[in-house]
Order: sequence, then structure tokens, then C-alpha cells
Amino acid sequence: MSFKPPGPKVPQREIKYDEVRIYTDEEIHNYTEEELKNFKIKYDIPMLEELEKGPWPSFVADTKQLALHRRKLADDRVLMPKECAEDLLGQLQLSLEHGETHWKHGGIVGVSGYGGGVIGRYSDLPERFPAIAHFHTMRINQPNSKFYKTDYLRAIADLWNFRGSGCMNMHGSTGDIIFLGTTTEQLEPIFQEMAHVLNQDIGGSGSNLRTPSCCIGKARCEFALFDTQEMCYEMTMHYQDELHRPAFPYKFKFKFDGCPNGCVASIARADISFIGTWRDDIRIDQEAVKAYMAGELLPNAGAHRGRDWGKFDIQREVIDRCPTKCMALEDGKLVINNAECNRCMHCINTMPRALRPGTDTGVMLLFGAKAPILDGAQMSVCLIPFMKTEPPYDNVKEIIEKTFDWWMEEGKNRERLGELIQRMGLPKFLEVLGIPPAPHMITEPRSNPYIFWRAEDVPGGLTFDINEYRTKHAR
Amino acid sequence: MAMIELAGKQVEVDEDGFIQDPEIWDKELAEALAPLEEVPTLTEDHWKVVNMIREYYLRTGVAPMIRKLCKDTGFTLKQIYELFPTGPAKGACKIAGLPKPTGCV
Repeated sequence: MSFKPPGPKVPQREIKYDEVRIYTDEEIHNYTEEELKNFKIKYDIPMLEELEKGPWPSFVADTKQLALHRRKLADDRVLMPKECAEDLLGQLQLSLEHGETHWKHGGIVGVSGYGGGVIGRYSDLPERFPAIAHFHTMRINQPNSKFYKTDYLRAIADLWNFRGSGCMNMHGSTGDIIFLGTTTEQLEPIFQEMAHVLNQDIGGSGSNLRTPSCCIGKARCEFALFDTQEMCYEMTMHYQDELHRPAFPYKFKFKFDGCPNGCVASIARADISFIGTWRDDIRIDQEAVKAYMAGELLPNAGAHRGRDWGKFDIQREVIDRCPTKCMALEDGKLVINNAECNRCMHCINTMPRALRPGTDTGVMLLFGAKAPILDGAQMSVCLIPFMKTEPPYDNVKEIIEKTFDWWMEEGKNRERLGELIQRMGLPKFLEVLGIPPAPHMITEPRSNPYIFWRAEDVPGGLTFDINEYRTKHAR
Repeated sequence: MAMIELAGKQVEVDEDGFIQDPEIWDKELAEALAPLEEVPTLTEDHWKVVNMIREYYLRTGVAPMIRKLCKDTGFTLKQIYELFPTGPAKGACKIAGLPKPTGCV
């Protein structure tokens, strides 16, 4: 897949902070370091203050700054109660004391035309913590690879401080910008302002397609084997309905990793993981291999410098680390049995000047990763080890749609794709996708040789009578 | 829980505006709930969706899955959102007098 300039897209609106700003510089920088040092919130929060100790950044310290900032703003300069940051810390302290959360379960709120993107949160102690009686979360669809302009960031920060709590996550696990805490009546104005002024959509939540996310891709990374941003953009735009109007049995995630290093961890989290790969040979520059061996080039591009790790030892640090043992040094030259390579990327990461992925690149598709609610966490399984695809990725969409159709038809309420595959069996899913079983689909290659054959697959046919079998073999 | 006045009656609702007692639901109450969910008046098509949800709920104790709702009413998801701009889970279920569906985030 050669790199092509992106196709036509929705033109991006230039956001100028000075045209949309809500606060003056004085309002934004409205307290001194001295005031912050002496600032006490209205609750005692000894357990939370433990979390401020140590060398790490602390959300408690951050929230205190926000509390002071909001306290010093004029009353008419915020539409969400001013004390929300203080009440937030107060309720959290109480939750830690009680050992249970004081957020209510569930809550259904939303914006017009969308069924997802907003998550209802209510305090179960609204009289005690009135400023966070409503504290809804909004998910905001992050730009691909999270490239921002400061004008945009300032604009959303102003908007959220004015109409929300001012507290946000950059970013949630799925990738979205998370706006934490606003009231029901502010949801629609925020949505309208985001859509029509800031040209910004909200993300997915509930039983829908979650905001697709991708690694930094060809924008900055030499390892990217397909244009993750292009594909993520296309899939986001193509599946808008699935993203905003929940109709699935449960959540569904797409993630796009440009190479098997997997910087967005698609294999661990996505129902369909798209990972860049190659099908020809790893390119070797034998001169550069020698330079690494001689210590002229730093391994891992110098990422581990600053400590004495001893002389670089290619045998110990690269060849012996190869999980499939497909590398060797022969007469001072590095040789690779490419057929055995399982794309672990270790040798390439260690000696990037000497080794590069092949040039015949494409994507592999893996299915069914999930977090550990049922049966523990599951990695996605590689069912399509290589395919070529080009915008608008029709051959990939065909596979996606077969998967959606099957899962929506057969999936139980709150059953992830990976669980459905487990329940119905991998052979059934292969039949749905119309692809033949192959050895690489086994969970642990080289350790489990069993492949399931259906009777019609066996040459000459197969007759098997379970009752007859049981006469000789006890259950 | 808050009390609001709907169709001339004091009705108990939760913070998202779902009525607390499904037993008290009737046609008048549905018509009073509709404008709160961006539905000015309930047309025949609206009733088709509301009645399906209501019947399914009374039979099974839960709200139908969206796919089931589309299949049984013959509406596409797009049409459902045109009828109920705040969505089937929030708008349609609220008007049909169901308690709040257990939300997943």
C-alpha cells in the first residue's frame, strides 16, 4: 500500500480563539501561587491529600487549582455551580471513607438526534453536595492521533469552564476528550456550540460504535505500514449512524495500529483490530547491522542511553530474543527466515537503522478483544493475516458489515463480539466471514495443533454416531 | 424523587424524568410526556412504537432491544430517531411509561 495524499474530506474550520473566547486573560489567571498554597477547600479531605504526596502529578492537586479558580470567578461567569470542584473532592473523600461510590447507577440523558455520547451521572447525596447533584460526562470525538491547535484547546477549555465543571480528561481510554460534569440543561447548548461553532462532534457511548481511534501513523512514525489516520477518518465518517445511534447488543470498538508495535493497543481492546503488516521480507542493511555490533549506532535509537548497559550484544539482545527463533548470524551477516517471522517487531525496534519492515504492506484484521467482565480479558484473534486495501476500503467494510450483521442477529444483550465468538465457536464465525480455517487462527501458535473440521470438509465424508461412540467411551 | 404535574395529576419521576410507577401510565400521560422529549404531538406512527415498547415491557419486564423494536414496528433506526429525536431509549421508553432502562455507558 503506497502512501497517497488524503482524499476529499469535510473542510476543517479554522478556530480563532480570540473570536470565540469567553474569559479574559485576567479571569483565566485569577490566582497567585501564594493564594493556592494557602487555599483550603470547604471539606477536610485527609485521604485524598495522601494522593498528593510523592513525585507524581495528582488529580487532587489539579482539582484544588480548579476549585480556587472557580471560587474567584464572578458568580455570573459560570453556568455550572461554582463549588462543583470542591463538592467533587468532598464526595470522593466520603466515598473513600465508606468504601463505596456515591454516584448513582445509570442515568439517561442525551442531546437531540443522538442516542450516545453523553453519560448521565447523579450524586446520591445531592443535598450534601448540591453542586454535583448533576455531573454528566460528555465524550468528545478526538482528532485523529490527537493533533490539536492551541486555539482549539483554549476554546473548548473556556466553553467547558463556562457551561461545565471545567474538569476534563485528556483522554479517556477509548481516546475521546472527556468532559466531566455538567447539568442536564447545559447539554444541548454545549452540543450546539461544539457542532456549529467549534466544528466538533461528540463521540460514542452506550451500545454503539465507540469513537474509532488510531496511532500517530504516517504523520510522524517511520514504522506505519498503512495510513491509520486516513482509515480511521473514513470509518468514523462512514459509520456515523452506528457511532451516534446505539443499536448494537453492546459496545463495539475499532482501533487502527500502523504496525505490530500497537501504540493504541488495538489487539487488547478492539472488537476489530486493524494492524499494519507486511508480507515480503524484512529489509536488512548489513552495513548498519555491523555498525550496531561495533557500537557505532545506539540500539533502540538511543532510547535506553544514560545508563551503562554494557556493550551491545546482538546475540543476546536480538537473536536470542526472537520468539520464533528465525534469526541467526552467519559469517558476520544477519539472516532471517522470514516465513517464520511472527511480526513481533523486537529486532526492528532494536536496530531500526539496520532492519525495516518489507515494502509489500497491508493490514491484518483481528477480532474479539475485550476487558475482563465475563471470562477474563481476551486478546483479539488474527483471522485475516494480510489484506491490501485502499480508500474507501470497500473490501474492509464488507467484512465489518458481515460482522455487524451476525453479531446484531445472534448477540445477546451486552455480549461483546469476542464472547459471541466464544459461545458460538470460531468455526461459525469463519463461516459468517466466508474465510477458511488456518493454523494462524489458533490462540497460541505452535502449542495447540487442533483444527476443527466439519463433516463436509473431510474428503470421502465422515460418519460419526455419538451414541455408538458412548458405548465404548464413558463421558 | 421529584413530583411533576402531568395531565392534571401529580406524578413521581426520577431525575431523568422517567415515571416511577409504570402502573399509572395511560394515554393522557403519554401525551403529556411527549413534549418533554421533543415530540409535539403523538401521531399514529409514534403510537405504533410506544405500544410495541409498552407491550414488550409488560410481557418481559424489560425494554426491547433496538433491533427488535425496528423489526417489529417496521421502522428503520433513522425513522425512529425522526419520530423520537431524543432516541428510543430516552424518548420512546419515557413516553411509553417504562422505568429508566438500565443504562450502559
